[in-house]
Amino acid sequence: MRNPLTWLRRNLVVIAGLGTLAYMILPNVVVTVFSFNNPTGRFNYAWQEFSLDAWKDPCGVADMCGSLSLSLQIALWSTLAATALGTAIAFALVRYRFRARGAVNSLIFLPMAMPEIVMAASLLALFLNMGIQLGFWTILIAHIMFCLSFVVAAVKARVLSMDPRLEEAARDLYAGPVQTFVRVTLPIAAPGIAAGALLSFALSFDDFIITNFNSGNTVTFPMFVWGSAQRGTPVQINVIGTAMFVIAVLVVLAGQMVGNRRKKAQPK
Amino acid sequence: MSGSAVETAPPQAPAPTEPPVHKPSLRKRLIPYWLLLPGILWLLVFFVLPMVYQASTSVQTGSLEEGFQVTWHFGTYWDAFTEYYPQFLRSLLYAGTATALCLLLGYPLAYLIAFKAGRWRNLLLVLVIAPFFTSFLIRTLAWKTILADGGPVVAGLNAIGFLDVTSWLGMTEGDRVLATPLAVVCGLTYNFLPFMILPLYSSLERIDTRLHEAAGDLYARPATVFRKVTFPLSMPGVVSGTLLTFIPASGDYVNAELLGSTDTRMIGNVIQSQYLRILDYPTAAALSFILMAIVLIMVTIYIRRAGTEDLV
Repeated sequence: MRNPLTWLRRNLVVIAGLGTLAYMILPNVVVTVFSFNNPTGRFNYAWQEFSLDAWKDPCGVADMCGSLSLSLQIALWSTLAATALGTAIAFALVRYRFRARGAVNSLIFLPMAMPEIVMAASLLALFLNMGIQLGFWTILIAHIMFCLSFVVAAVKARVLSMDPRLEEAARDLYAGPVQTFVRVTLPIAAPGIAAGALLSFALSFDDFIITNFNSGNTVTFPMFVWGSAQRGTPVQINVIGTAMFVIAVLVVLAGQMVGNRRKKAQPK
Repeated sequence: MSGSAVETAPPQAPAPTEPPVHKPSLRKRLIPYWLLLPGILWLLVFFVLPMVYQASTSVQTGSLEEGFQVTWHFGTYWDAFTEYYPQFLRSLLYAGTATALCLLLGYPLAYLIAFKAGRWRNLLLVLVIAPFFTSFLIRTLAWKTILADGGPVVAGLNAIGFLDVTSWLGMTEGDRVLATPLAVVCGLTYNFLPFMILPLYSSLERIDTRLHEAAGDLYARPATVFRKVTFPLSMPGVVSGTLLTFIPASGDYVNAELLGSTDTRMIGNVIQSQYLRILDYPTAAALSFILMAIVLIMVTIYIRRAGTEDLV
């Protein structure tokens, strides 16, 4: 600390890194602060005065909580479907040699290597041409489609790092194929599957571009927020945003604490 | 090496590790296909088939009232491109700038988490991931508040002369930031930062810190260690981070819509309004294929280049 310039140079990375973190957290801080605002007019962009009204009545805005529960339902179903389908694909890709493996790998990779709007638009082209009514089912179909690749990637990474000798050992100890899978393979692959599921839940819940194209008149939560940017943003949106952030941080921290405890419980 | 080696009989094949009785049955050999079937079918029907439909839509002509027919009218592509090339250019420019800024801003944070955070590492990672779980639209709207005219941020940027520089660059106009390219790039950078930081972090984290010590023992200065050891070893993260940032940013229309103006429309905004408001499906389909082609070509060239640099 004797020479401030040397100190600055030595800690440049830390300062720059924390600066970036501040940039990333700033909107969350604004969202939280403005959830206590009492705005005048339709928009909640300027600070007026402190108020707890929105927190007392989070569903006080027409249609908002309906859209929220719709988003949760879609995220839940698409996570279940994408995780099941994606885990099966990941196991097939890592554990088996078969023809068309390269083609399958590219097919999985492509949805992640394409601007989302291209997929969104092409799905709309399909639904329009086939005369399919846009709504809940088209959103669900689209979400399962784009979550699938991310689940495969997450599960594949985990299964690749698994030691196949553990399964061999289980078989040597006369475990049947089903028993080996349920008692040995699945528990080891579980963190990868959980990561894939969590990722697809977050992606589906937050998806806007693909939903915007394929929802018709159905309003998910991101669609509601999008609409409110034109019609007027209620304070309750910030309440939901704050609550989501807090819940997410708590869930992740709790997950880590469970993980740490497991690690400690395992004697090495 | 020599020609005779080809003629000599191949060495005795090693005895099969398993007796032929254990050769997998047909049922067993079909297992991977059964595992793949549902997921791959889903992707074929809802990812590949839509592309085919969109391709056919792009060569249709007609109107909404009379209906559209496939007439193999490829002129739509040329018309769409010549009419909207400013938006294409702008998208690539904004997405490219945002990607560069993400790398510049994201690298120190990824480095900090990987090497210097110690017991704070998990908390910092949570803070990087948590935005994924909060609606990104709400957070993007928050930038409207942050960059509001006459707000503290804009006033501060104005006071240090930052806005003079950006308006000289054509990024801002006067003393406003909202509805200018700067606001759009700022939003894009913000939205895609986690997609840059996480791959960077995971490739930095894998680096053996003893390499840093070895470089230091060989009298490399910290800057040299970074340039010759750390950065080259983090190239996989740099490549995947820049791709994960650039590709979605090039097709984004949310930031340009919420933070920009009609002068900052990107190609995503055009495709969105052609498909959902103007209902000119052939033009919209052609535009989205042109965007896909541009992105795929750029990504292929980039991967080739970055891949060879990685080997140096």
